[in-house]
Amino acid sequence: MADIRNNSGEEWLYSDKVKEHFLNPKNFLAGEPKEGEFDAEGEAGNFACGDIMKVWIKVEPKTEKIKDFKWRTWGCASAIAATSMFSVMVTENKGMTLDDALKITPENILERLSGLPPNKVHCSVLADQAFKDAVKNYRSHEKK
Amino acid sequence: MDKQKKRIYMDHAATTYLDERVKEAMEPYWTEKFGNPSSLYKEGRNARKAIETARADIAKIIGARAEEIIFTNGGTESDNLAIFGVVGALGFDYSNFSRLNPRAGSDDDSKSEQSKSHIITTKFEHHAVLKSCECLEKRGFDVTYLDVGEDGIVNPKDVEKALRPETILVSIMYANNEIGAIQPIAEIGKILKKHKTFFHSDACQAAGYLDLNVEKLGVDLLTVNGSKMYGPKGIGFLYAKRGIKLSPIMYGGGQEKHLRPGTENVPAIIGLAEALKIAREEREEESKRIAGLRDYFIERLLKEIPKTFLNGHSEKRLPNNINISILGVEGEAVVLYLDEYGIACSTGSACTSENFEPSHVILALGKPRAYAHGSLRFSLGKRNTKEDIDYTVDTLKSVIEKLRNISAVNV
Repeated sequence: MADIRNNSGEEWLYSDKVKEHFLNPKNFLAGEPKEGEFDAEGEAGNFACGDIMKVWIKVEPKTEKIKDFKWRTWGCASAIAATSMFSVMVTENKGMTLDDALKITPENILERLSGLPPNKVHCSVLADQAFKDAVKNYRSHEKK
Repeated sequence: MDKQKKRIYMDHAATTYLDERVKEAMEPYWTEKFGNPSSLYKEGRNARKAIETARADIAKIIGARAEEIIFTNGGTESDNLAIFGVVGALGFDYSNFSRLNPRAGSDDDSKSEQSKSHIITTKFEHHAVLKSCECLEKRGFDVTYLDVGEDGIVNPKDVEKALRPETILVSIMYANNEIGAIQPIAEIGKILKKHKTFFHSDACQAAGYLDLNVEKLGVDLLTVNGSKMYGPKGIGFLYAKRGIKLSPIMYGGGQEKHLRPGTENVPAIIGLAEALKIAREEREEESKRIAGLRDYFIERLLKEIPKTFLNGHSEKRLPNNINISILGVEGEAVVLYLDEYGIACSTGSACTSENFEPSHVILALGKPRAYAHGSLRFSLGKRNTKEDIDYTVDTLKSVIEKLRNISAVNV
């Protein structure tokens, strides 16, 4: 089990990985998406629970490889870090296929982040949900 | 923004450092005058003398008698002792409790005695009061949680309307810890004089800034602690007016008239008294100084960061309290960014609570949950300066800009 918190109290509240993705988030979308820039959008979370994530995907139609993945998050450090880490996971190494990316579990995200405290685990679940929502929208669009 | 080395602490409502003079006053009691106040010999007698002197000093400051001061482990314990102490002393048998409908239409006195089971409090009390009341509700008590309106100030008329023949306790905090809203305790005290209910107020946030005179406030029970007024942590007292019977919530050696057994925390008691003395002497001037900083802070925030809103009444608030909601960003994220830049403050966001619920105080004002998740509290202290505020506002502006840039919520 990853060491999620340094016991000395001096180090950061969460792991170094979380800190990095929180202070320097990767792949976020600055501004509004341009017309045609992405193929589908997905969303998860709500105002009540204090986390809202939006993701945008651009997919290569034949291979279904993810060409671009951008996101925006209204939420805490764990939520921002989880979405940022997820974006890295699906776009690294020239990008995963949708099916492979769908296999990513919240536990995988937690592992890459070197863990989150138990009350923050749900943030990683939201990142996964937002992406699944985007894929659902993409595939229902493609059928038309 | 440059990450500066100096820390700017702006969470004095959570806790404060020890005033140097308090530290000095406590010093002899760690290794020299370390006796147990209950011991018969010299060391014990000296310790006894020290805490009784502290007790008398504290009593004088709040306009009470020494015998009316019970030392406890802090604010939470004093609140619990006040509530469960009153209820217990009225002889409620929890195991066998049957609650009669108070509106059953009977004028029979004996029925009203049995249904003496009503407590009045507010929706935004500290959890020490709320959780205690919730516990009593499970045991059959009726509790009225009064609304506090948009400004976070209880209307004394609402207290009056809520009173029933069977109300045994009214508990309303003097100043709210999150939004600093100052409650009209003296007005409520006057109303309650005509009723046989007991009146308790949690004054933990008020001690450093407001008058604690119990006669003026009209309270029967008052909670005060040391950790928010430059005194030690882990110590407080409950003022209980002579004649009020309290049932203990702990059992043991009989200290504090059996109401708080356990060897007294002598150094902390000395520190508490010293802190209260200093607060009483300096609070008028300090309140003026810090209110100026508070208003300057609020003015800059509301003017320079769009979609920012003040929580709580703008004037009837503690002189050191700034509580705002910033839309489009989440509180914990802001707090952690500010921490990176050397600034300490707190948030009402759910992320920082045990049960995923955002601040019950912000919600009690009728604000939407997004406001609670985006709320920040800055509570100033004796060492804060205008420079601290300028640095904080400038830093906060760039943090908000960055977070809004990645936010899923457009404002």
